[in-house]
Amino acid sequence: MGLELYLDLLSQPCRAVYIFAKKNRIPFELRPVDLLKGQHLSDAFAQVNPLKKVPALKDGDFTLAESVAILLYLTHKYKVPDHWYPQDVQACALVDEYLAWQHTTLRRSCLRALWHKVMFPIFLGEPVSPEILAATLAELDVTVQLLEDNFLQNKAFLTGPHISLADLVAITELMHPVGAGCQVFEGRPKLAARHQRVEAAVGEDLFQEAHEVILKAKDSPPADPTIKQKLMPLVLAMIQ
Amino acid sequence: MRLELYLDLLSQPCRAVYIFAKKNDIPFKLCTTEVFKGQLLSKEFFQINRLRKVPVLKDGDFILTESSAILIYLSSKYQTADHWYPSDLQARARVHEYLGWHADCIRGTFGVPLWTRVMAPLIGVPVPEEKVQRNRTSMDRALQQLEDKFLGDRAFLAGQQVSLADLMALEELLQPVAVGYDLFEGRQRLAAWRERVEAFLGSDLLQETRGPILNILEQAVNKKVPNPPPEVYPYMLLRISRIP
Repeated sequence: MGLELYLDLLSQPCRAVYIFAKKNRIPFELRPVDLLKGQHLSDAFAQVNPLKKVPALKDGDFTLAESVAILLYLTHKYKVPDHWYPQDVQACALVDEYLAWQHTTLRRSCLRALWHKVMFPIFLGEPVSPEILAATLAELDVTVQLLEDNFLQNKAFLTGPHISLADLVAITELMHPVGAGCQVFEGRPKLAARHQRVEAAVGEDLFQEAHEVILKAKDSPPADPTIKQKLMPLVLAMIQ
Repeated sequence: MRLELYLDLLSQPCRAVYIFAKKNDIPFKLCTTEVFKGQLLSKEFFQINRLRKVPVLKDGDFILTESSAILIYLSSKYQTADHWYPSDLQARARVHEYLGWHADCIRGTFGVPLWTRVMAPLIGVPVPEEKVQRNRTSMDRALQQLEDKFLGDRAFLAGQQVSLADLMALEELLQPVAVGYDLFEGRQRLAAWRERVEAFLGSDLLQETRGPILNILEQAVNKKVPNPPPEVYPYMLLRISRIP
């Protein structure tokens, strides 16, 4: 059995893994895990990832969770072009720096924006107070500005002149609030320009394919009560 | 130009960086930058790190933030022993797997008790009991996952030898312990793991590193914790408001 990737393209880190694997022609079996149907909570999936999250990887007997770990595993195993995760110690450190920073900042803000603006009201049928939504969108604004001012600055890509894992992870994050209808690129020409460059580097077709699901998030049918009950506490813990 | 490390040893990731550098005899200049004295807010420090956080590494003109990035950089540049950050594909993946989960479930959560027990009361902003309990539950849940999924029946978190994962985890877990939480009680496997890691690192180094954090509770009880300058208050209030 070859490489298997357990993904739901609703999830930002899953999109990064998917695009990376496809772009680098890494052969894999896609194992879809439908989060909105609670499939990540099954006993079968727990055998792959006891943390019950996507993305997850299975390579023979070796199972692996956490998107950054998966991206780096694929990088090293399949010897992808250097620019994704440079050999140069300092260039590589800048990618590590971004991948560490984003986890508790952009990732969190983008996730909260999607859930507060769209998924709670539309999918879970739970209204979100205007105050909470406003606070979440304000936090998103601050974090995206930090991305532009502190990381991108005047460079072509986040960590230098070439696209790296940092850009892939960032762009898939930003598509979360985009899917929720937030105008993250408005008034941010540098970030918008980088977005174009990343999309071009990845390939428009692959980019669109990876983002089809998130761009339809607003059209999610409401969850049935059993699913809602199962997912609610986990969602609340996730977006804290 | 010597390697400079900007650290506040009250901070868990700073301790991890300090211990790693010292343990591996990496020569560096310690630039102590104290959070609660407002030193992150100075114009000079802004030149070092616009995000106003520690730890920061400065190697000539090269500046690097984020403790895990700093640890990996140091391990590569100074060619530290393989077990810290193994070159083996799967072993290295386990370190990164731990660090990913750590960012979600350990970071942020285990820092809260210092705030609820010392820093928030210090500035007269008590944290509601409900939040204290919620934090305790989050820590318990994380400790269970740490014990079951990451440690299992292995000696260390990412394999059979000490790695960056153990270092990062240990100093985070120490934070609540330092302010009086009995995290290891009833968790024999984790307690045994802690002993193994600490034995490897060496008690002298640990004592030196943990001086400030281990003293803070006693200082607080004796009302000897210096009041933070007013410019730090907004940051402290923001941090407190973020406690779920």
